[in-house]
Amino acid sequence: MDDLKLAAFKLAGILVAFTVVMTMVAYTVLAERRVLGFIQGRLGPNRVGPGGFLQPLADLIKFIFKEDIVPDKSTRFVYFLAPVIATTAALMTIVVYPFGPDVSLPIIGPFQLVVARFDVGLLYVLGVTSIGVYGIALAGWSSNNKYSLMGGLRSAAQMISYELSLGLALIGVILLSGTLDLYSIVEQQGGHLGISGWNIWVQPLGFLIYLISAIAETNRVPFDLPEAETELVAGFHTEYSAMKFALFFLAEYVNMFTVSMLATTLFLGGWHGPFVHQLPWLGVFYFFGKVTLFLFLYIWLRGTLPRFRFDQLMSFGWTFLVPAAIVNIVLTATLQWLGAFDWLSKSLKTATHWWG
Amino acid sequence: MAVGCAISLVAQRNPLYSAISLIGVFISLACLYVTLAAPFIATVQVIVYAGAIMVLVVFVIMLLNVEEGERQPQRLKFLVPVAVTMAAVLFAEAVFIIKFVETQPLTPTRNVSDVGLTSSIGAGLFTTYLLPFEITSVLLLMAIVGAMTLARRGGLLSPKPGDREQ
Repeated sequence: MDDLKLAAFKLAGILVAFTVVMTMVAYTVLAERRVLGFIQGRLGPNRVGPGGFLQPLADLIKFIFKEDIVPDKSTRFVYFLAPVIATTAALMTIVVYPFGPDVSLPIIGPFQLVVARFDVGLLYVLGVTSIGVYGIALAGWSSNNKYSLMGGLRSAAQMISYELSLGLALIGVILLSGTLDLYSIVEQQGGHLGISGWNIWVQPLGFLIYLISAIAETNRVPFDLPEAETELVAGFHTEYSAMKFALFFLAEYVNMFTVSMLATTLFLGGWHGPFVHQLPWLGVFYFFGKVTLFLFLYIWLRGTLPRFRFDQLMSFGWTFLVPAAIVNIVLTATLQWLGAFDWLSKSLKTATHWWG
Repeated sequence: MAVGCAISLVAQRNPLYSAISLIGVFISLACLYVTLAAPFIATVQVIVYAGAIMVLVVFVIMLLNVEEGERQPQRLKFLVPVAVTMAAVLFAEAVFIIKFVETQPLTPTRNVSDVGLTSSIGAGLFTTYLLPFEITSVLLLMAIVGAMTLARRGGLLSPKPGDREQ
């Protein structure tokens, strides 16, 4: 009976997390359009509902009713499979993030606000983002369109190149925390007023490399040449209309969201913040607040920076970011061996879990 | 699911579908590794095999525009009974092995295996298995250097300093 209860709670947790993430993603799209509008000196969409609040709903209705065009000579199975892979891979990662500290729910008792707690949570996230590359590559191929294919392959090549520096940047955090379990990594970032224990203070270089790799990984400006080709020539989602395009669009924003959640969890201390031990539910607000901060950063960068040319992009990834990440690892490992981090932890971090 | 993907891998004519089935096989293998209490191996399998190697294979298939395999010509029809016989032999071997293992005296199964955890793999790699680890990294380096050498345009003719890349 206990197993069944556990399974039911996990299922409820998955549903809640899924709903929250999808809603936030839908409003991220709206926020992006409005914020980009403000950056570019205009208002974004503000007609539908107060301040454009119902715009995502309008977009959804539009996508559902649009005509679904399927290219005649495309490989049907792969054509339908590609957006599914992209979306599924993007959504699969939300199960390992701890959304808040242990809370006591009224009937259930102490409850961990994480859906699944693997021993190898961080590796799981990296693995699932590797699978997401296929969605794009297969989409480019199955559209039976030379420009789609090139766009898709370029995008996939960019993603696998920056996956490397992404993983290497995270090794610094793993060295500090000694575990791949995201829940423990967050737990170890408790500090004075909930802020001083964050990993960003002890891993600034790693954070910067991670941020740049993450932006490249999600195909956002300034690394969005494979996508911006839709404005110029074509991209991997040229031949997709209506719902399938919506799925790709969704996958990109969920990817953005996921990567922001990972950055929050690993570098900004997850749910830690002032007074989170007294009011555990405040942790959830802190978590989503930090994620929103990252999303705003993404949108801000989109409105401000020009984009890289593709060869500049690839050479930046391979000849600058990967060596920088390796330097970060060597530096962190050396400092760890010299005991600098133990000394730092004594002043920056407090003991966790003193509420019981 | 692993068996289904493997059959699809062999039976598909379109090479891209075969590649996708191979990815399916790797992911099913990763799931099997998880059930065998080796989560690290499972995730590494997905990252390395399904995530990196197969991406390269898929790139190659896409860029080289490999044609679909044609149907078997009629004159090789006599090979079908041979194939069926050999498949039956393989199947019989598998059944025999399973029965053999099942009827052995039961070894006490450990509920919590200590071998598959990341910390124990890491500890083992850097202490007991350090030499194979280092040799493997040299091997990978050799492979990378070999691939780069083969991929250089012009081979023995090195580009003159004034030449533009490609």
